[in-house]
Amino acid sequence: MADVVAEQGRRVSSARPRKATSLRNMLGRKSTVAFLLTLPLILLIALLVLYPAFYSLYLATLNKAMTKFVGLGNFTFLFKRETFWMVVKQSCIFAITAVVFKALIGFIVAHFVHNIPGKKQRKWRGMLLVPWVIPPAMSTLAWLWLFDPSYSAFNYTLSFFGVGPIPWLGDTFWARFSVILVNVWYGAPFFLIMYLAALKSVPDQLYEAAAIDGANWWQKMWYVTLPMMRNIIAITTLFSLIVTFANFDIVRILTSGGPLDTTHLFATWAFQVGIQSSDIPLGACVSLFMVPILAVAAVFILRDVSKRGNEA
Amino acid sequence: MSTLTIDKAGPTRKLGSMSRDRAWALRWSYVFLVLFAIFFLTPPVYMLITSLKSSAEISAATNPWWVFHPTLSNYVELLTSNQFLRFFWNSSIISIVVVIVTMLISIPAAFALARMKFWGSATLATGVFLTYLIPDSLLFIPLFKMLAVIQEFTGVTLLNRWYVLVFIYPTLTVPFCTWIMIGYFASIPKELDEAAIIDGASWLQTLLRIFIPVALPGLIAATIFAFTVSWAQFLYPLVFTTSIDQLVLPVGITTTLIKGDVFNWGQIMTGALLGAAPPLVIYAFLMDYYIAGLTAGATKG
Repeated sequence: MADVVAEQGRRVSSARPRKATSLRNMLGRKSTVAFLLTLPLILLIALLVLYPAFYSLYLATLNKAMTKFVGLGNFTFLFKRETFWMVVKQSCIFAITAVVFKALIGFIVAHFVHNIPGKKQRKWRGMLLVPWVIPPAMSTLAWLWLFDPSYSAFNYTLSFFGVGPIPWLGDTFWARFSVILVNVWYGAPFFLIMYLAALKSVPDQLYEAAAIDGANWWQKMWYVTLPMMRNIIAITTLFSLIVTFANFDIVRILTSGGPLDTTHLFATWAFQVGIQSSDIPLGACVSLFMVPILAVAAVFILRDVSKRGNEA
Repeated sequence: MSTLTIDKAGPTRKLGSMSRDRAWALRWSYVFLVLFAIFFLTPPVYMLITSLKSSAEISAATNPWWVFHPTLSNYVELLTSNQFLRFFWNSSIISIVVVIVTMLISIPAAFALARMKFWGSATLATGVFLTYLIPDSLLFIPLFKMLAVIQEFTGVTLLNRWYVLVFIYPTLTVPFCTWIMIGYFASIPKELDEAAIIDGASWLQTLLRIFIPVALPGLIAATIFAFTVSWAQFLYPLVFTTSIDQLVLPVGITTTLIKGDVFNWGQIMTGALLGAAPPLVIYAFLMDYYIAGLTAGATKG
């Protein structure tokens, strides 16, 4: 403001009306323009992301009817429930197993696609990315139908190999297997495309140099490809870990947490507790347990991003 | 094959064996790619197969992987039912409005963050990225309660209204779109806009006349991303809307076509396929932009 006033004073003698000039000066100033351009973004983040996030913390300290402050009562209540620990366990099993398999499949398929000569590559890439494009709620319905107990296409096919009907979604082990399988199916193309982009950015000269030095396939992979891809692998894995950990659609449609709550993740359990049983504070409490994991992953990703920003 | 012959003409024996290795590597690549393609494409193909079957054929104990009496009755039934068209309409209008809102917010913001260094701009850019990492499953309960409280105080009905989603979805799309637009804008040579400013263009003119045309590929990528995300969103509409006329496609199909334990699989699969169609069609034509958008988020600093 100070320099606006100063400028006003200097221009008093000018012929133009004073008010219009100062307004135009202010609008013309870089910081004002920048502020106005980012204002909608700031408002959106503040009102619809930051405020709800803190509001969630407040909600988690109320009793079920939301009339009384109970402090950490909801948290201690959760710690005493067996289902809560099952959800913690299942969320970790689900996220870690799914991310490991997604990363592995993505890595392997990316190499195969990278091997294919130029023109055909586009066609394969297009086909293999389809699971990522279909809305997960829709594709999970197709999986639900494939897993159907009585008319399951999978069980029909398996019966030809003499393998008895598998209770895909009715048995704890198979239900866990199924939700992870669907998540891997949905998420692997994301890794594939990231790794493919990373592979393309490795300069050919490095491989040529390695070949001249007599490096075999494993050595090229270990000393050239992996170090060059390390950043992308780390960032993609961490990012996927966040998304997988917070997954809702797949488990909700496939099992709704069953059998006996054994496939619940934080998100689906929070939905069941908070919305379906209308215990909003407890639901908020459950979903808040995702925060520490998300925060750790975010710190690592951020460190990586800013490191790269400095290099550029 | 051409690489093979070129390599064979090479001077040493060593090179010849390398080319043979390469040919085998290529063959194995195809074998495994076919296997993975089967794994990746089975559910959508099965959707299509089931959608062409009558209920009688679905419950018959015949080979589920083949259609013996193809029929379009599922499509006719769905496309003539008001419910399904209503869901489709809700989804379309929400996604289109969300794309517009997202662009209106993220393009100016990305421009300011990429080009106008101001107090707190670095922090804000990082903040945008962090917001992108906050999932919907963390915010749906407080947002639900917020809508209920606002409804209580102002008397404006917010819960169970599809248009509320238009305000909520940008929290998912804007951070990512801003983030990739920052990357695209930052890659535009500084000389371009400096020349424009020297010629007397205002910031707004610089944005409209230079940045938007030059960064059009990034803009298309962001648009596709915003559309796909709003089209696929399942959690927020499931929590915020309940009446049949307010539902969007994913929620509508999962809640109305499944009645108790009765699954009308023919119609569910048809609905799912039709629901998957718009993103698939967009992707078929604009795949390269979509991939560019996906990778830009993580590969551009």
